[in-house]
Amino acid sequence: MRGLELSETGRQPTAWAPSDEGIRPVIELVGVEKHYQMGDTLVKALQGVDLRICPGDYISILGPSGCGKSTLLNILGCLDQPTVGQYFLDGQDVSKLSDDDLSQVRGKKLGFIFQSYNLIQQLTVVENIEVPLYYQGISERESRRIAVDLASRVGLGKRLDHRPTELSGGQQQRVAIARALSNDPAVILADEATGNLDSKSGSDILEIFDALNAEGKTLILITHDEGMANRTSRTIRLKDGAIAYDRRREENAP
Amino acid sequence: MIPGGVAREFSLFRLKRSVLLGLKSLWLHKLRSLLTALGIVFGVCSVIAMLAIGEGASYEAQQQIKELGSQNVILHSVKPTNKTTAGEEERSLILEYGITYRDVSQIQATVPGVLVAVPAREAKDFIWNESRSIDGVALGTVPWFPEMRNRTIWRGRYFTELELADRAPVCVLSKRLARHLFPLSEPIGDTVRIRSSYFRVIGVISDDPATANEEPGTPGGGQSTDGMEMMIPISTLEDHFGEVIFKHRSGSFEAEKVELHEVTVRIDNPERVMPAADAIRHILERNHKNVDYTMVVPLDLLRRAERTKQIFNIVLGSIAAISLIVGGIGIMNIMLATVTERTREIGIRRALGAKKKDIVVQFLIETVMLSGSGGVLGVALGLAIPILITHFAKMVTIIEVWSPVLAFSISVVTGILFGIYPAFRAAGMNPVEALRHE
Repeated sequence: MRGLELSETGRQPTAWAPSDEGIRPVIELVGVEKHYQMGDTLVKALQGVDLRICPGDYISILGPSGCGKSTLLNILGCLDQPTVGQYFLDGQDVSKLSDDDLSQVRGKKLGFIFQSYNLIQQLTVVENIEVPLYYQGISERESRRIAVDLASRVGLGKRLDHRPTELSGGQQQRVAIARALSNDPAVILADEATGNLDSKSGSDILEIFDALNAEGKTLILITHDEGMANRTSRTIRLKDGAIAYDRRREENAP
Repeated sequence: MIPGGVAREFSLFRLKRSVLLGLKSLWLHKLRSLLTALGIVFGVCSVIAMLAIGEGASYEAQQQIKELGSQNVILHSVKPTNKTTAGEEERSLILEYGITYRDVSQIQATVPGVLVAVPAREAKDFIWNESRSIDGVALGTVPWFPEMRNRTIWRGRYFTELELADRAPVCVLSKRLARHLFPLSEPIGDTVRIRSSYFRVIGVISDDPATANEEPGTPGGGQSTDGMEMMIPISTLEDHFGEVIFKHRSGSFEAEKVELHEVTVRIDNPERVMPAADAIRHILERNHKNVDYTMVVPLDLLRRAERTKQIFNIVLGSIAAISLIVGGIGIMNIMLATVTERTREIGIRRALGAKKKDIVVQFLIETVMLSGSGGVLGVALGLAIPILITHFAKMVTIIEVWSPVLAFSISVVTGILFGIYPAFRAAGMNPVEALRHE
């Protein structure tokens, strides 16, 4: 049944058409609009976004504040739903799902990394990494194994029982990365992931992102940092709620 | 719907994790949790303690009433308060009043279900053992008196029908009287004296339940005749004291003529006690112009005691309910604050895959942990208080097995009831806004 549903407008989703590289896209937005009612005026935060992201893509989304970056992130992250248009995530139309199903999709297919880390303060490092697994009903022993493994991969193997307050910003963000990886998501969304970090810790985090992408993970970095754009293989610029620029970097470019 | 969706039933493992998480966040704010739970602690504690005290008090009352015999109707002769009528008519020095043999024979003949009537006469005077004396009562009665009135023989024996027929000068002392007259020596076989008559002590009987709980009159004080009883055959009493009983009291002189001082009527069937009591009251009202008798129906007292206990329970229940509601509101208040404080956490959990249901369960469990630990503390305190009361105030307290269970369950239910609103408020938050909080 994957992706065979017709959209409300009767348009056959193009998601399964071979993409540029001949691979099925992991994310496809079709004519997505998002409207907000602000008093008497209708604000169109997104106005007709079409976007395809293939597995293994390493994308940075840039744009000035107020361009609809956050709105796009919320929709991509299944925290919000488009007013108009369709969103196919890993072949499934998620634009009309119920709240419970949307939670399920977030927990299974998405990994979040936030600017302010968003760790749960009363939980330890390893417990924070386990949170998504808990909501997936993974057994205690299995989730502990995964969490310990991921913690050591991000270099925190010796700080499993520390609390977020006992860690530096860079370390906290690494815990957040481990947490985002714990459910083996289809897409990792990072929202200004290095925004609160000094340049050294920031570049450490970016190196982890590079390594994850090299392993084949799909990463979407939302940022206003132009330096990030040079790192990723594809750059998208938003302007006034629409995509103004979408360019793939040459494979062998520096 | 969701391809390959993992079964996310609410398993025992998830419950365990939620409980641990709940305890953890309570422990994080120890003082706040304690203060919040205090209302529940007092509510639960008062439920248990008051139930124990109430049960104890009503048990004692019921025991006393039952000792009087629940199938009995007890009649006493009393000196009429309004003496002028009798005085004007007869101008006699001898005051005549009380229940008569005629009353007893009418009761036995007309009231259905009357099994036995135990008549008793009494003579009040000083009872002597050599130089020791006490103001007491010689009760002339019949051999089946102890059985009828649930009095037990402690030592020796009661007098027999033969002794009743023989008008034998024997007596049975109440425990209290025996203790007073024979503080050191053995009463049985010894003799006691009233005026010029001597009686041989053949037994000691338990005290009258109506006076059993009072502390015995201080030796030598001798003001109270309560419980200072001496039972002798009714025939013997007539022989020695006659129909008219003279009393010498500190210089004054009184003469009274009373046929029967006390009559105990036993009814064969508990269900017929109340109608029989009404019939007896009717007979007495017709025979006596003045109210020179009292009527005690232990069963009626028992029913009244039960009704009193019911009212007591309702009052206690309302107090407990109010304190639990107040406690519950306190808990709800603090949980609402907690939900606001942890908005960010709720947003994070929602982003990481928690459904609304998961958030509801998390906060509900936390609230129940809070009220439940208050319940545990309350049960501990509630069990300790009756023990202390029994120890220091010498009051009987009875802790029923179900009362701590009930009180604890109430605390848990309170937690659920007052946790629902905060939990749903937490779950209803928009994840995007929750993540942006602060």
